[in-house]
Amino acid sequence: MSDNVAGEKAGLTWAVQISVVALVILWLIPTVGLFVSSFRERDQISATGWWLAPFSVELAFRGRADAADPRQENGAWVIEGSIFDDPEVATAFRSGSGVINAFGTRGVAPGQFAAGTVAELPNGDTLSLAADGAYRFTSPEEITGNGPRVYFEASTPPRFTLENYRTVLTADGMDRAFINTLTVTVPATIIPILIAAFAAYALAWMDFPGRGFLIAAVVGLLVVPLQLALVPLLGLHTRLGIGQSFLGIWLAHTGFGLPLAIYLLRNYMVGLPRDIIESAKVDGATDFEVFVKIVLPLSFPALASFAIFQFLWTWNDLLVAKVFLPSGAATQVMTVKIADDLLGSRGGDWAILATAAFVSIAVPLVVFFTMQRYLVRGLLAGSVK
Amino acid sequence: MNPATQGLLTIFIGVFGCIGYFYASNLVLDKVIFPARGPNIGRNINAANRVRPWLFLFPAVFAMGVYLVYPVVGSFYRSLFNRMGDEFVGFGNYGSLMGDPEFQTSLFNNFLWVLVVPAASTFIGLLVAQLTDRLAWGNIAKSLIFMPMAISFVGASLIWKFVYANNADIGLINAIRDVFGASQPIDPLQIPFWNNLFLMVILIWIQTGFAMVILSGALRGIPEETLEAAVLDGANPFQIFFKIKVPQIMGTILVVWTTITILVLKVFDIVYATTGGNFGTQILPSYMMSYMFRDDGRATAVAFVIMLIVLPVMIWNIVQARKEMR
Repeated sequence: MSDNVAGEKAGLTWAVQISVVALVILWLIPTVGLFVSSFRERDQISATGWWLAPFSVELAFRGRADAADPRQENGAWVIEGSIFDDPEVATAFRSGSGVINAFGTRGVAPGQFAAGTVAELPNGDTLSLAADGAYRFTSPEEITGNGPRVYFEASTPPRFTLENYRTVLTADGMDRAFINTLTVTVPATIIPILIAAFAAYALAWMDFPGRGFLIAAVVGLLVVPLQLALVPLLGLHTRLGIGQSFLGIWLAHTGFGLPLAIYLLRNYMVGLPRDIIESAKVDGATDFEVFVKIVLPLSFPALASFAIFQFLWTWNDLLVAKVFLPSGAATQVMTVKIADDLLGSRGGDWAILATAAFVSIAVPLVVFFTMQRYLVRGLLAGSVK
Repeated sequence: MNPATQGLLTIFIGVFGCIGYFYASNLVLDKVIFPARGPNIGRNINAANRVRPWLFLFPAVFAMGVYLVYPVVGSFYRSLFNRMGDEFVGFGNYGSLMGDPEFQTSLFNNFLWVLVVPAASTFIGLLVAQLTDRLAWGNIAKSLIFMPMAISFVGASLIWKFVYANNADIGLINAIRDVFGASQPIDPLQIPFWNNLFLMVILIWIQTGFAMVILSGALRGIPEETLEAAVLDGANPFQIFFKIKVPQIMGTILVVWTTITILVLKVFDIVYATTGGNFGTQILPSYMMSYMFRDDGRATAVAFVIMLIVLPVMIWNIVQARKEMR
């Protein structure tokens, strides 16, 4: 538009396009990495970075040459066969074949010799392993007992699995934590809305002394650090017999969410057309009726944006959950579970960590992408003046 | 009782309790206390209308009083007592905080966070808002950059742990160093001083979207005429942006800046989930949590220090809000 009037240069447009693409990629990479990792097998995660996930991974395996029927050939004892017939190897190569790149006879050097070459071993033994898995072991002495160990490195095709999700959701108690998070979130989102809506109506459409002071107080309370609330309120809850419990955290989230709720809703309600409300009053409607029948339905967009804020905030909260809920597994929410349990005890298990993190962010992401319109509207109502 | 059932019951009681309270209290007010009939009808209606706002406000004001106002006083009062809370120590807790090197580290780090995170988020957010303004796919780009807003701080910390991992086969940073020939992987979160910046990146990553959305809205609100006048005067796109657009949305930039500043002073999750405050990355909120459940006197003293830092912003916000109402 106006830039075109000045004859905007095509080069500048391209620079803009490219920088936006670069920024978007930069912003997405970390999350994509987590997402991809959560579907990879544990061995593959530690072997190559997630950015190599579509490619084959070179992994080390071990098997044993089958010494069931050695035969004699030119004065030496020989065993031959395919390493993929070994039961230990077969579990990893379900198709019964693979491509071997290198082999060895010691676990510390599984890729000492290139595939297809003949390795000279101590005592005059030799071992060769072809790329297709065919091995040939020779020994000057008669082969008795078990055949020799064969280590080899083979490319395994990229493999994606839901196994991590199964582990996280069943064995690791993330299912329990998921339900706990949901249990905390839903009442803590719904209850403040009504309380705040009535208060917002009073602050927007009723005239009474002290109204200005109350609005200022709400604005001030918006920024009170929650850290202040922890110790005194936990003490209060304990004295009241609520203690650390779901009831306690619902009450706490309700109290903490009210200033934002009242602020957003009041800003919205003030903008509603005055004549609708006044003509309803002239027709004899009480404030209660005006609120329930006119203001509340009209305020739906603002109610929705607050609900999304509160939902995201309570779902993602760690601080309040750590303080107001007991720390046992029965009441742990997902953020606490990840921060205190998984990061601590399973710090190195990347597959579990990625999957648990993804389980915990999946619901907020769905809410975010489906309700983004309301979220943006709420943000704008709250901040742009 | 099963927590989920308890939750449903609470929703039920909460919602119907609320409606019931508002309905019943209005009814009582209009029919019993100040009935709109009899000899005093005019006076009664006026009296009822004077009381009614407080019926509407009572639950909210009560809840905010208990959950937000009382804690400010309660925390300050508690911070004047010792660990067990049975002995008055005056400002002793604050005194020992000042002498604790870890507190000084937290204060310094927090200062860095407040300096860097709001500035970086606002700047990048403004940049993205401007760049995407006229792109055909601008809304998709914005939506993707906004996405981290939905992710918890814990989730974000974990996502970035994958970037920072001390292993060239997991961590992107080390993989890139590996490509450029570094022999040994490093742990970015253990490099003194710089690790603070690496942690800030996580919060910047989250908050840029917030800044972008709001600033984008503000940019759209700039009157077209001012831009056209600038174009006619021969201003180039950079001049238009810095000399025409930015000054007009300065108020919004300030709002974004202060909002993120407040947030920075409250977020303990990132430090808690990544370094646990080790390697010189402690900040005040996480320092406070390390005393929570152990020494409530200390914990409340730290919380009150945070409150004191937030106070100027709070006052500024209130002044702004009052100005608008006039």
